[in-house]
Amino acid sequence: MNSDHNELLLEVKGLSVEGFSEDKWHQIVNGVDFCLNRGEILGLIGESGAGKSTIGIAAMGFAKPGCRINGGSIQFDGLELTTATAEEKRRLRGARIAYVAQSAAASFNPAHKLIDQFSETVIQHGLGSRDQAYADAKELYSKIRMPNPDTIGFRYPHQVSGGQLQRAMTAMALACRPDLIIFDEPTTALDVTTQIEVLSTIKDIVEQFNTAAIYITHDLAVVAQMADKIKVLRYGESVEESETRSMLSDPQKDYTKSLWAVRSFRKTEQNVDASSLPLLKVQNVTAIYPGTSKEVLTDIEFEIRPNETVAVVGESGSGKSTLARVITGLLPPRQGQILFEDQSLPSDYRSRSPGQLQKIQMIYQMADTAINPHHKIRDIVGRPLTFYLGLEGQAKQKRLRKLMEMIEMDPDQYLDRLPGELSGGQKQRICIARALAADPSFIICDEVTSALDQLVAEGILRLLDRLQQEFNLAYMFITHDLATVNAIADRVVVMLQGKIVDQGPKNEVFQPPYHEYTELLLSSVPEMDPDWMDRVIAERLAKGGLKSADN
Amino acid sequence: MNQSPDIQSMTNSAVSTRTSRILKELAKAPFSAKLGLLIIVVYVFAAVFAPWLAPYGESEIVGKKYVLANDTFLLGTDNLGRDMLSRIIYGARNTVGIALITTIYAFLLGGITGIFAAVIGGWTDQLLSRTVDILMAIPALIFAMLLLSIFGTSVPSLILIIGLLDATRVFRLCRAVSLNVVVMDFVEAAKLRGEKLVWITIREVLPSISAPLAAEFGIRFCFVFLTISALSFLGLGIQPPTADWGSMVRDTADLITFEDYTPLIPAAAIAILTIGVNFVVDWFLQKTSGLKDEF
Repeated sequence: MNSDHNELLLEVKGLSVEGFSEDKWHQIVNGVDFCLNRGEILGLIGESGAGKSTIGIAAMGFAKPGCRINGGSIQFDGLELTTATAEEKRRLRGARIAYVAQSAAASFNPAHKLIDQFSETVIQHGLGSRDQAYADAKELYSKIRMPNPDTIGFRYPHQVSGGQLQRAMTAMALACRPDLIIFDEPTTALDVTTQIEVLSTIKDIVEQFNTAAIYITHDLAVVAQMADKIKVLRYGESVEESETRSMLSDPQKDYTKSLWAVRSFRKTEQNVDASSLPLLKVQNVTAIYPGTSKEVLTDIEFEIRPNETVAVVGESGSGKSTLARVITGLLPPRQGQILFEDQSLPSDYRSRSPGQLQKIQMIYQMADTAINPHHKIRDIVGRPLTFYLGLEGQAKQKRLRKLMEMIEMDPDQYLDRLPGELSGGQKQRICIARALAADPSFIICDEVTSALDQLVAEGILRLLDRLQQEFNLAYMFITHDLATVNAIADRVVVMLQGKIVDQGPKNEVFQPPYHEYTELLLSSVPEMDPDWMDRVIAERLAKGGLKSADN
Repeated sequence: MNQSPDIQSMTNSAVSTRTSRILKELAKAPFSAKLGLLIIVVYVFAAVFAPWLAPYGESEIVGKKYVLANDTFLLGTDNLGRDMLSRIIYGARNTVGIALITTIYAFLLGGITGIFAAVIGGWTDQLLSRTVDILMAIPALIFAMLLLSIFGTSVPSLILIIGLLDATRVFRLCRAVSLNVVVMDFVEAAKLRGEKLVWITIREVLPSISAPLAAEFGIRFCFVFLTISALSFLGLGIQPPTADWGSMVRDTADLITFEDYTPLIPAAAIAILTIGVNFVVDWFLQKTSGLKDEF
């Protein structure tokens, strides 16, 4: 860490922000205090809706449309931001306070080159000429280890990878050498192998320029690497704040402890009979998307037994979700076949019988789009009951109530609601209920927890585990999150660029000797230990440079 | 039949909360929307109760031609000596009624084919879309006049031809908004469940696109209504002696040279309804675009 930690840069006292919805003002942030010295990193952590992002942008004296700062003071280097004029704030933003958003892809203008977007702030604030800005951009690009730093800036945003784009955005935030950078979940959308690169870049650069930072995330292991001190938030209020190490080793409040405990969930041991006949057999499947020639899946071969959870792991673009599309029949494979209960499944879902469709159900990543927002829960969950099982009237209502109880939601309260009146975790539970209503023997779970907060996600995993015990279900669990794999899988299939590189029981795959790629994946998963990242980077540098699919 | 009483009461309460919600929304509506609704209500009232409201018959010659407004003829008489007020009231029935039927027909035709094209995709989509492109390549008013002179100017052919031409616009809109919906996971889930095309169209896609469709219905109604008036003015629309605002403007058009306002009365009837419908549509569009955030 840097030496000069004493000069106070930002002091926030009793910050309150309210937002307007449904004809009323609601308090979003309620009396939050914190202060930040030069060169210090503060981690803001909490579930979605805790007000993390709102506090982050309020530190710039800004509130989103429909929101307003209605109390407290924000002192930035002696200037009171709550009363500053628009012109005073305009001069600060970009020049002395910069912001890095969660989705770099959505934050860059796709019509301009990276380097021009970099230079824009510098020129706008009159801090340098275009040529100076260009030269500086190239220097920064090389500092953050972008490939071809001299030329990469002349590409358009869609011509570089997601990780590179996120790093380019960090460089852009540094363009005017600000005193404070606000990072709003900068690595949440990235794969673990890319995430570690971006994290180490951010950490290096913040240290080099003695920049203070507010780092917003919901991932505890990430914040453990980045922050000097951590502030836990809930419902717009501060739960507790302390130094990173003491916060990790000795959290004071129950809520913080429950956050810390999430990662300890392990599924019930399954007695999968190794000799039993496989439920689903994927035999040397090769697939391409229509109109292209590149193979997205090559020679995929694996089995799933009844009552077993197989996790399919890999980075984005590894073909995990395509595999699900092939099994469900949305994308007929070019070669190979799928056997279900020892019978060959027609490759196109349109040729499958209702009985075959019924046995394989799917749960999607985004529960928001997986259920029709215009249908009531009663109709969403009730449809498979009528469609497959022919249930009507009393029998159907009885079964509906049973299903709602299984997913731990009160039937009287929720059956007549619309999806818009449910939380993210509840919507995912409804998706589970719909899958369950079909009475399946095999469920494909496509990143079902990755859009959810950790506490909620853990609840979903526990539910899936319990349902597996009760109904002897087999799961294919598609995920990029190795913590989830550890929690729920019996066997693991590791995919890279459309091929299976490693597969076997979880204990074998995740224990040495590893496959090379499995090792890279495993070593990239952030751990709660604050020294973890420095150690891994040092190890990798010693082994001859960083390697990932990104570079 | 065998629904338990509590389910019955739940459905009832759902209906009543929906009505009260609509009433609440109406109370909150801006002044322009209320004015628009008032205009529409007055027009509908006039159209429905025309025989009771009008002092004289629709095509009854009741006096001298071009009589100025007086106590017997509140708005004067036209070029044949028919009462203007009575014809304006009957005109509401004819012009608005025919425009409404035409718009509904255009929406059924264009809407269903549009959603089908989006859901099925592939060759069906290509065939339908290219046919629509060809129809849209010809200027609508000229095409309508051409077809009307071929098939004759009866009311059914007027409805069929204008409906067909406007259905092309509805098709394009429906297909475009449906394309955004058919890629949603819930449509995929329905397909994987094995649902039939009709179910997917009506139960899954239609509710998600009903808001833009309802707004389009209002605007499309205005266009159809104006097209009919324009065609009537040109003599190709609704034929005499049926009262129609477009042809009434033409009938009395000579008077404009004598600085008489009579031809402006049916023109005003057209203009006011158009403005009224647009006020309501604007309000509706604003409401639904606000709702989209909740998706």
